[in-house]
Amino acid sequence: MHVDALDSYLPGDSPVHRFDPRVKLVLSLLLILTIVLTPDRAWVAFALLGLVLLSTTLLSRLGLGVVQRRSAVALPFALAALTVVFSTPGPALLRLPVPGGPWTVTTTGLLRFGFIVLRSYLSVQAAVLLAATTPFTDLLWAMRALHIPRVLVAVGGFLYRYLFVLADEAQRMMRAREARSAAPDGRGGGGLAWRARVTGGMAGSLFIRSYERGERIYSAMVARGYDGEVRTLSASALRPADVVVGVCAGLTLLAVLILGRVVV
Amino acid sequence: MLRSGVLPSPVEMHIPDGFLSLGVSLVCWVLAVVGVGLALRRSRQALGERQVPLMGVLAAFVFAAQMLNFTVAGGTSGHLIGGALSAILLGPWAGILTMTTVVAVQALLFQDGGLLVMGANLTNMAVIATLVAYGVYRGVRILSGTRRWGLLVGGFVGAWFSVVVSSVAAAIQLGFSGTSPIGVALPAMVGVHALIGVGEGLITVGALALVTAVRPDLVEGARERAPGGLRWAVLGLGLALLLTLLSPLASPHPDGLERVAENLGFIEAAQDAPYEVVPDYTFPGVPSEALATIAAGVAGTIIVFGIAVAVAALYRRQAVARS
Repeated sequence: MHVDALDSYLPGDSPVHRFDPRVKLVLSLLLILTIVLTPDRAWVAFALLGLVLLSTTLLSRLGLGVVQRRSAVALPFALAALTVVFSTPGPALLRLPVPGGPWTVTTTGLLRFGFIVLRSYLSVQAAVLLAATTPFTDLLWAMRALHIPRVLVAVGGFLYRYLFVLADEAQRMMRAREARSAAPDGRGGGGLAWRARVTGGMAGSLFIRSYERGERIYSAMVARGYDGEVRTLSASALRPADVVVGVCAGLTLLAVLILGRVVV
Repeated sequence: MLRSGVLPSPVEMHIPDGFLSLGVSLVCWVLAVVGVGLALRRSRQALGERQVPLMGVLAAFVFAAQMLNFTVAGGTSGHLIGGALSAILLGPWAGILTMTTVVAVQALLFQDGGLLVMGANLTNMAVIATLVAYGVYRGVRILSGTRRWGLLVGGFVGAWFSVVVSSVAAAIQLGFSGTSPIGVALPAMVGVHALIGVGEGLITVGALALVTAVRPDLVEGARERAPGGLRWAVLGLGLALLLTLLSPLASPHPDGLERVAENLGFIEAAQDAPYEVVPDYTFPGVPSEALATIAAGVAGTIIVFGIAVAVAALYRRQAVARS
């Protein structure tokens, strides 16, 4: 399997790609914070936040379609919030003839639900833009510069390095299982519990292979002088241009937030 | 897109940004930082300089193992989540760290779960899931001694509890945030995850059976890294009970919501279930409603654990009869 089949980074050469990963990470978090703090019915603020995301997407030259499609990831979770449509007080809009009594959809409930989904959709766009324009190794480096514990960042780096190796291994196991077993359409062979147990056996075997690989990697690292300390290149200085852009973007977000909370 | 086909993940547990209020997010960040910080220190003591390479590869394992799926029925398929398996095989501290990196990378790389609410997802899927799985597993192992059924029953029950209790935590967070009333979110989340938990339990048992057959030293090694079995069992069950007790409080305006729901005919709709063992999640005859809800939750937890212990005892008698 190709590495880029799993990676969400989309190589490119745009101002967003070239932006300092540290500033980009902080700004993405600030943007999501602003989205979450903007109250319901702050139409102007939400329009401005949408505009910020849209212009960043255009600037990154990723293509509007790609970003929108990837942002649909979190939409199924909206089901978890669907009940606010019925439980929020307000003028009745529609009565659903559900057995056991009609459920009433209220206008306020519908608006509340709409804003929850909108917030989530905008936030995911920010995360998609970050991941698609920043190589994961740069993100790790940025986290290190922002003082996330060294061990966690190092483990994340190993995870990323071996994710593709082990994903390959898992796919080979699945292919081998399919090659050996014939099954009627749409159903697996054997009982459900048996199928789950077999899959468990595959997971166990993958675990042992991974564990032994980890031990081999550790030996190889010790042979090359590893002493338990993970060393990374020290962070280079921030470019003044990136700082200026970062501060301006941060102030813009603050202005949008104030607008949303005060002016409505 | 790659994600749908290649790296499936249980979407309903990864809370995206926008679904939790800032207050709830911050509280969860504090809990997550405490849990992960403790795990960082303790796993360093246990693993020493092997910590980084071993944890990293095993975190990648959890990711890859989530790709191994099996047909459930029709077009749906089940797959491993991995929290319980890594807790049992690596010990609780290393398990927390492994799941922490998995959850963080899922959010950063694949947008599975939000960035600002990552504290909540870490609390549910890394800290609570691991501690509950390990505690329940060790509890069963205390009952079973060194016999083999303890490993398998403990693995199954531990995996089931880890999935269900972390879904309770997610429901509580949604309730406190005013995103979904707890009376609806809790039964819905627990219902779905009680089924997912069975699949998780079966896969975990299959994996544990194979690992014990090939590398029994790995299974016992994890126990040596976390001494004090009884303490772990009490911690795991205590966490499960605590969350159950907390759940009825998880509503920003309980009275208002209830009244409105009554006005809109929502409560009546909810009450007309065809089968009611404990009506409306409250015990008849217990005066205070909050108290009754808590009693119902505690009773449920005890009943499920009781069934597990009964099954274990039955299994033990069979094993004795056979030998």
